[in-house]
Amino acid sequence: MSRETILNAVIFGGLLAVPLWACIVDEPFTITLATKVAILALAGVGLNIALGLGGLVSLGHAAFFGLGGYAMGILASHAQSYTPLMESPLLIEGTKSMPIIWLMALITSALAALAIGALSLRTSGVYFIMITLAFGQMFYYLSISWPAYGGEDGLSIYVRNGFPGLNTLDPIQFFAICFALLALALWLNARLIRSPFGLALGAARQSPQRVETVGLSPFRLRLAAFVISGAITGLAGALFADLNRFVSPTMFSWQTSGEIMIFVILGGVGRLYGPVAGAALFITLEHVLGGLSEFWHIYLGLLLLLVVLFARGGLIGLIAGREVHHD
Amino acid sequence: MTEAILATHNITKRFGAVTASDGVTMDLRPGEIHAVIGPNGAGKSTLIAQICGGLKPDAGQVEFLGQDVSTLTTRKRARMGLARTFQISALAMENTVLENAVLGALGARGGTLGLIRPVLRDKTLRDMALHALERAGLADHAKTRTSELSHGQRRQLEVAVALTLQPKAFVMDEPMAGMGSEGSARLTGFLDELRAEAPILLVEHDMDAVFALADRLSVLVYGKIIATGTVAEIRANPDVRIAYLGEDA
Ligand SMILES: Nc1ncnc2c1ncn2[C@@H]1O[C@H](COP(=O)(O)OP(=O)(O)OP(=O)(O)O)[C@@H](O)[C@H]1O
Ligand SMILES: [Mg+2]
Repeated sequence: MSRETILNAVIFGGLLAVPLWACIVDEPFTITLATKVAILALAGVGLNIALGLGGLVSLGHAAFFGLGGYAMGILASHAQSYTPLMESPLLIEGTKSMPIIWLMALITSALAALAIGALSLRTSGVYFIMITLAFGQMFYYLSISWPAYGGEDGLSIYVRNGFPGLNTLDPIQFFAICFALLALALWLNARLIRSPFGLALGAARQSPQRVETVGLSPFRLRLAAFVISGAITGLAGALFADLNRFVSPTMFSWQTSGEIMIFVILGGVGRLYGPVAGAALFITLEHVLGGLSEFWHIYLGLLLLLVVLFARGGLIGLIAGREVHHD
Repeated sequence: MTEAILATHNITKRFGAVTASDGVTMDLRPGEIHAVIGPNGAGKSTLIAQICGGLKPDAGQVEFLGQDVSTLTTRKRARMGLARTFQISALAMENTVLENAVLGALGARGGTLGLIRPVLRDKTLRDMALHALERAGLADHAKTRTSELSHGQRRQLEVAVALTLQPKAFVMDEPMAGMGSEGSARLTGFLDELRAEAPILLVEHDMDAVFALADRLSVLVYGKIIATGTVAEIRANPDVRIAYLGEDA
């Protein structure tokens, strides 16, 4: 077993153990923090597929996070007010069922990623960053100026959505749901890295010419990666909205895109558990430093600077060293 | 002309004041090695880029397997069976040597790419890749990270990836560059056999290799082909002696 595998197991076990311990000693707030880590890590896992594997520096992932959030908000708000979303040509009603909400979050964010990717992947470098940022901002202003769903004030959901057989209001059970989805996404990501698609995508990041010369299309590979990436971040958005029982345009803001990217960079770009380590570190810092000083973001900025300058592999790279090659 | 596998017709390419290709007409016939030689900056790599699709000619056509491919993308030409090796290695440096070769086999197989099953567990792809590595003399380095290869070994890997494509024609840009004399002698022997599988358009500075291998030779100077012929004809050509070979003599 490589050092990274052991480290990953420790992170995985740690994220599971902390809320379990908190449950025993009855510290629901700690469980909520761990749930937040799991959800934000999931958003980061999504971004890491585009950023780490595909080399696509997207500063617009808030668009997908927010779409997931609003998919949840819109469906649940219609369900709680007993008004259908649409009556003709076909009747669409709201729902409080998590699986259906997740499915809608996945579909909407995947479609948005397909459209945004198809347009922005024709550019690269700084242009790509700026275009994805612009798309994110477009959704932000759209959500602010759309009064039907709360506009600037956002949407509140009174009761958390349901999952068959579980009591989602119980913090540890909701944590279990989020953790299971994170584990699933990590599994998918691990498979993806070693799959034919992952090999081709990674090669397209390192040498697009090479990929073309063997008859594959870097554009299509990147677009597929962007869609998978956006869909996973969208799912995280739906969970995040459910955690807070609240959605607002903030989920679409560029700061949100920036934070998701910070998780990935702090933890280690392209490292499987990078987003998990990054999100855990971020939430811990926010909690600890945030209690000490209102300006904790300055310390975060300093840390980020140190990581970018001296620890290219982020926290994972610092502890586990350079990536070892499989097989 | 019709029997040629690959041909260019009056290709012209300008970069500002530089005419990198000046009405280049040439062809590659079945079973042959057609070498292109010329001084630095003569336009050899530019010619290759236009043949393979990385650059669009300002004028003229590229013909491959009897079809005008001038407007096709690099990817489509590769799918038709045109395999290129780069002067400056274009490889996935973070991946292993085997993974680079598997990538070629993956492209050659076509179809959609799986998302779940590990690519290295695919025995067909793996065997294709290993076979190509073996032929290119890299079997012992299958598990080495590509960035750890020497320059010469990277050229060998370029050739190995081209082999995995089982192409109809090879286009090689200085495959011997950076190789020691032993390495280039071995590659020379290998290319000698390879021409029976698919013809090779060979850009090369290593004159020993060129004279040993070329069925025909074209001399490119300032974007223009000043002579084409057998090795003996080119050696005897006074223009070539002045313009190019003369530099060595
Ligand atoms: N993208 C480009 N933009 C501008 N000029 C270019 C470009 N590519 C090549 N050139 C110019 O075109 C000419 C031909 O370059 P090319 O690389 O084809 O030469 P070459 O024969 O392959 O040389 P070498 O033996 O050094 O590899 C040179 O003068 C070069 O500076
Ligand atoms: Mg060149």
